[in-house]
Amino acid sequence: MKIPEGYYYSKDHEWVKVENNLAWIGITDYAQDSLGDVVYVELPEPDSEFHAGEAFGVVESVKAASDLYTPVSGKVLDVNGELPDNPEKINEDPYGSWMVVVEMSNKYELNDLLSSEEYQRLCAEEG
Amino acid sequence: MFPYLPATLEDEKVILNRLGLNTADEVFQHIPDTIRLKKELKLEQPKSELEVEGILKNLSGRNLDAGNTPFFLGAGIYDHYIPSTVRFAVSRSEFYTAYTPYQPEISQGTLQVIFEYQTMICELTGMDVSNASLYDGASAAAEAALLATDSTRRKQILVSETVHPDARRVLSTFLNHQNVELVTVPMREGVTDLEAVKNAVSAKTAAILIQTPNFLGYMEEIAEVEKLIHQNKGLLILSVDPISLGLFKSPGEWGADIAIGEGQSLGNSMSFGGPGLGFMACTKSLMRKMPGRIVGQTKDAEGRRGFVSTLQTREQHIRREKATSNICSNQALNALAASVYLTTMGKRGLQEVARQCYDKSHYAASTITASGKYRLAYEKPFFKEFPIISTVSSERIQNTLLHKGIIGGYSLNRDYPELENGILYCVTEKRTRQEIDVLTRILEEMA
Amino acid sequence: MREYNKLIFECSVAGRRAYSLPRADVPSYELPQNLVRSEAAELPEVSEPDVIRHYTNLSQKNYAVDLGIYPLGSCTMKYNPKINEEAARMPGFAEIHPLQPVETVQGALQLMWELENMLCEITGMSAFSLQPSAGAQGEALGLMIIKAYHQYRGEDKRKKIIVPDSAHGTNPASASMVGMDVIEVKSNKEGSVDLDALKAVMNDEVAGLMLTNPSTLGLFETNILEIADIIHEAGGLLYYDGANANAIMGITRPGDMGFDVLHLNLHKTFSTPHGGGGPGAGPVGVAAHLADFLPIPVIVKKQGLYDLEYDRPMSVGKLKSFYGNFGVLVRAYAYIKTMGAEGLKRVSELAVLNANYMKEELKEYYELPYEQTCMHEFVLGRLKINPYGITTKQIAKRLLDFGLHPPTIYFPLIVSEAMMIEPTETESLESMEEYISALIQIAKEAVENPQIIKTAPHNTPVKLLDEVAAARNPVVKWQKEDTKD
Repeated sequence: MKIPEGYYYSKDHEWVKVENNLAWIGITDYAQDSLGDVVYVELPEPDSEFHAGEAFGVVESVKAASDLYTPVSGKVLDVNGELPDNPEKINEDPYGSWMVVVEMSNKYELNDLLSSEEYQRLCAEEG
Repeated sequence: MFPYLPATLEDEKVILNRLGLNTADEVFQHIPDTIRLKKELKLEQPKSELEVEGILKNLSGRNLDAGNTPFFLGAGIYDHYIPSTVRFAVSRSEFYTAYTPYQPEISQGTLQVIFEYQTMICELTGMDVSNASLYDGASAAAEAALLATDSTRRKQILVSETVHPDARRVLSTFLNHQNVELVTVPMREGVTDLEAVKNAVSAKTAAILIQTPNFLGYMEEIAEVEKLIHQNKGLLILSVDPISLGLFKSPGEWGADIAIGEGQSLGNSMSFGGPGLGFMACTKSLMRKMPGRIVGQTKDAEGRRGFVSTLQTREQHIRREKATSNICSNQALNALAASVYLTTMGKRGLQEVARQCYDKSHYAASTITASGKYRLAYEKPFFKEFPIISTVSSERIQNTLLHKGIIGGYSLNRDYPELENGILYCVTEKRTRQEIDVLTRILEEMA
Repeated sequence: MREYNKLIFECSVAGRRAYSLPRADVPSYELPQNLVRSEAAELPEVSEPDVIRHYTNLSQKNYAVDLGIYPLGSCTMKYNPKINEEAARMPGFAEIHPLQPVETVQGALQLMWELENMLCEITGMSAFSLQPSAGAQGEALGLMIIKAYHQYRGEDKRKKIIVPDSAHGTNPASASMVGMDVIEVKSNKEGSVDLDALKAVMNDEVAGLMLTNPSTLGLFETNILEIADIIHEAGGLLYYDGANANAIMGITRPGDMGFDVLHLNLHKTFSTPHGGGGPGAGPVGVAAHLADFLPIPVIVKKQGLYDLEYDRPMSVGKLKSFYGNFGVLVRAYAYIKTMGAEGLKRVSELAVLNANYMKEELKEYYELPYEQTCMHEFVLGRLKINPYGITTKQIAKRLLDFGLHPPTIYFPLIVSEAMMIEPTETESLESMEEYISALIQIAKEAVENPQIIKTAPHNTPVKLLDEVAAARNPVVKWQKEDTKD
């Protein structure tokens, strides 16, 4: 199970990569593994705004559907247009498969997220 | 002993011994005594097959059926010809004693039938995607309305007054629970009032539901409605008689987003109104929000073509309270009947059935109105049903026809009281010229 | 036998036909040209022998109850009696129109009226509606009735419905269909509703509780009277999901357990065929205080004449077209007439004995998360000895090689790797033994020859199908170009 350093993690199994006030968001290796083969991704329109904890999209396997929650508030600047046509990328390279880039409106929200060590513990607990 | 229960007393003893019990009753000893039923259910004694057959023959014999009576009754359920091939296929117990195809490798029969059914419904309606079926036409209307409110995130549905009254009542029942506003658009001269549509459609409108041919049998003018609803980014839901699609423009040609209807006419018996067959097809962009099962094509481990239930994440067993609908069991066997019907009639047979319905109903309308004592409610294009008004009370007409061994049309007094003594007659390909002439003569004698 | 792999569209040859219609005996009338479709629908053009061979070939790719044991848990795949099929096809039932004058359908209405009464007696309820087309529609109706009852009493805010975590997915889906919010309560270690957890969620916004009893674990909820008290004291109503009613006929009645409203699945308990996924029927029964809320029309008997009554001001309204899946009702009626009180009780006894027998024979090889006496079905977990990590899906596919239908798998959700087995009363001891032997054989293979399980199925009409590809690129209809490829 890959849980690289340098990312923030949410309890809902999303990762956040931060550069200045921009946040790249995707799902973790653990998430893609428990979902199984991803068959469908639904991403928001650019310019939509979300509050932390709101669902911004959906990711589905054959037998499971899971809402994608944004760990940070802000405006969606861009979405990864490659994923809807190639959802298998999420299984192959979860940390390379960013889904949205959000312009954060409140960087302090990052303090509520987990470090890679803390996230590792969470995954161990969930088995 | 009961013929459906294989266990002999010896078998039962083997089972009881294995469980360490003396009597069958003991297996229920964990059920609290206060709720154990202490007496036998008050039902009749068990009966032999002969006795049961006798009871059912007696009950069925007390109904007047279309096998020996000419029916001029439609209004949503139709007396069409059912080819023997249909009865053959739905009687094969490999189809009717199977369940939902949970194990695709041993359910390819059912799955391929549904795939072919979906294809034929798409062909008929001119739409991109069809589901595996819904309960009936009225339920399909409700599901289509919910699909439209869900995908547009708007909370208002417009429905024409010319849509089947039962479908409108069912819509009202379901939309009420979702806090969706249902607005009825009045009719004018037997069809949806376009002025009223113009006034009613707004940015709040999720969809408008139009039926064509409508409940009174008339063909609706869809082009204008299509423009109005799409200008406002709402959806167009068309409810259609599938037989009419042998001749008339498909929902796809009209630009519909969702096509629905009652598919009983496609090889299913009238059966006192149920089971029917709700069909639904939509554009590709709505596919992932469509309710019900969908079958898709795939390959097996050796590269052979095969079929599976697909896009299952829409369904209740995965999404639970977030599912697009609660439907699980649908009308699979009725969809099979529809497939065999459409296969048997084929490209030209369906056209011919539709043409005969059209010609015979127009012949009936022209003979009934020839003397001037009966009039068509409106002079508009119609398909296989038409409303007749007159000064003779509809009750008297219906009773007289029944007395002479004919099931007349549907009395419109309850749903459209403005049509004086209105009766909606239906003439399918099964009616003969002679039967129509007898109907006309009896009507003439009354006026 | 040769392998058949054709779509009906690929059998089509222009000019062939399988139909014949009487010659037109009326003049031809002009069509409104602006409404005529531009191209005919591309339906197949085949001969009658083509039609029959196609559908016969397809039928042979199906497993079915008439071919062997079909122990899908919670689906009650019992034998479908043939006299019932004949009855439903009698012209006096099949060829009648729902809108013909009531005096010409007295036999049909009498049948429905009597069926309502028989179902009342079997369940201990006081009124029934036969209208719902399936269990899910029955659930939606039952919840509408509960909502209407609370609204009638001025308690509009009661819109939350409690559902145990072991419940079938339709329960929460039906709740949201009628605009109710779902509260999920956890089951305790014995698989029952946790009474403390239940008490904790009760408040004046709760409309009621939906419960399947026996539960989807096949266990009888022995605390049912306490549960009923908790719900009723807080002003809620109890909904009985009758999916598992095959276990209790003549033994105990939902009405006597305190349930206010329920649905039955005639295609499970009352032997009507499943049809490859429908049509079913999901009649709804209610206690006396809810009878006025039933959907219109209601069948009434006045001066010896049966009639349909529409004037019911407190009714939840119209639920579907016409009166229900009548053809299914005829079959269920014939079944109850055949079995009588004695037969129905015997059905439940044998259904429960059979399930317990299979459970006892299999628990040595498969984990049994709930050990107590089960009702008509039971739930197993993983293989007890499983060095190569065989999954339930693989076991299911391996069962296909034995010519047997697998159980319900991965349900209920609260048991991991669940296999839910419901033999029903119409399976013989020999047929159960065959199934048990196959599952034991697989348990041995899991240790000795896991590869044969992992590569199953081996002898089905198609091998393992790629569901991932089907979902990634949905092909949901045939197109001419697909065949050319």
